[in-house]
Amino acid sequence: MADMAAHNAHHGQHDAFQHQFEDMEQQRDAGTFGMWVFLAQEIMFFGGIFGAYIVYRVLFHDAFEIGSNLLNVRFGAINTIVLIASSLTMAMAIHSAQAGKKGKTQVMYLLLTVLLGVIFLTLKFSFEWRTDYHEHLIPGFGFVIRNAWGGAGIHVPLFFCFYFFMTGLHALHMIIGIPIILVIAVMAWRNRFDEVYYAPLEMVGLYWHFVDIVWIFLFPLLYLVGGRYLSNGGQ
Amino acid sequence: MSGHVVPVKTYVFVFLALMVLTGLTTGVAFIDLHAWNTPAALAIAVVKMLLVVLFFMHVKYSPKLTKMVVVAGFFFLSLLVAFTLADELTRNWSPRALDWSTAASVTHSPR
Repeated sequence: MADMAAHNAHHGQHDAFQHQFEDMEQQRDAGTFGMWVFLAQEIMFFGGIFGAYIVYRVLFHDAFEIGSNLLNVRFGAINTIVLIASSLTMAMAIHSAQAGKKGKTQVMYLLLTVLLGVIFLTLKFSFEWRTDYHEHLIPGFGFVIRNAWGGAGIHVPLFFCFYFFMTGLHALHMIIGIPIILVIAVMAWRNRFDEVYYAPLEMVGLYWHFVDIVWIFLFPLLYLVGGRYLSNGGQ
Repeated sequence: MSGHVVPVKTYVFVFLALMVLTGLTTGVAFIDLHAWNTPAALAIAVVKMLLVVLFFMHVKYSPKLTKMVVVAGFFFLSLLVAFTLADELTRNWSPRALDWSTAASVTHSPR
């Protein structure tokens, strides 16, 4: 690496420039392209479970509406706001590098993103899932089928299997993303990024925004399209 | 040399639009639109996704090659969902064959 930096300095190139590229712009475009190929794979990864959810929602429509109405819209909506805010702070972290701000500014925005991510996960696990547990809504952990659900009742656990799997898989992506952001925050603290080289920031940003998009679809599909208007607020 | 820098104003505007759309989708869910509740929720989600992809993820300012990969990703997702539903939703269009349990009681002998 040191040799490479010396070599780059000799040729008037940026320290982070890799010799196989024409210039920094091509290097940046190649990185973005590769990251989007990975994200295209992620679209299909989540697409499988989204597709299965759509099919079973069609097959067991009544059971899925009952299940959806048992979720707390407030948690879902607040978490949507928290996660979109974390996307904004992430975008600002990259912006501060592009604008040539010091590493400390980038670190501040990255830590804000992590904080909002942790708030999201705390709300999800410690409040939402805990409430679900106490209401006997976790399949395999003392799920109780209520008489009020009628004939559709036996398929309500299926909705909750999807709910916990989808939100769990989404949360897992955040749990993987947070330490990656922290590692990149350390790199930012060491002033590794500037207006020419900020590829790791951009890549973790793309990942984080993708996780945000998954939630943007999970929120209406799980919480909202369950005939909310039929009940008085779903609570 | 550096990539396209999106102004802070644009990010804040996109964020506010996403907040408004979140409020809108939540509010609309409590109004009876008959068959249109699900399409409305999904349409708002797609608009929110486009805002995130185009501005937060800089795809609006990315090279055509990147745009192609993004479109291809969502195109293959639409194929996955469309062909699954084309099977699942049309199964009752043709006369039903006997299901396996009925068939077993009619012809019980192993072949």
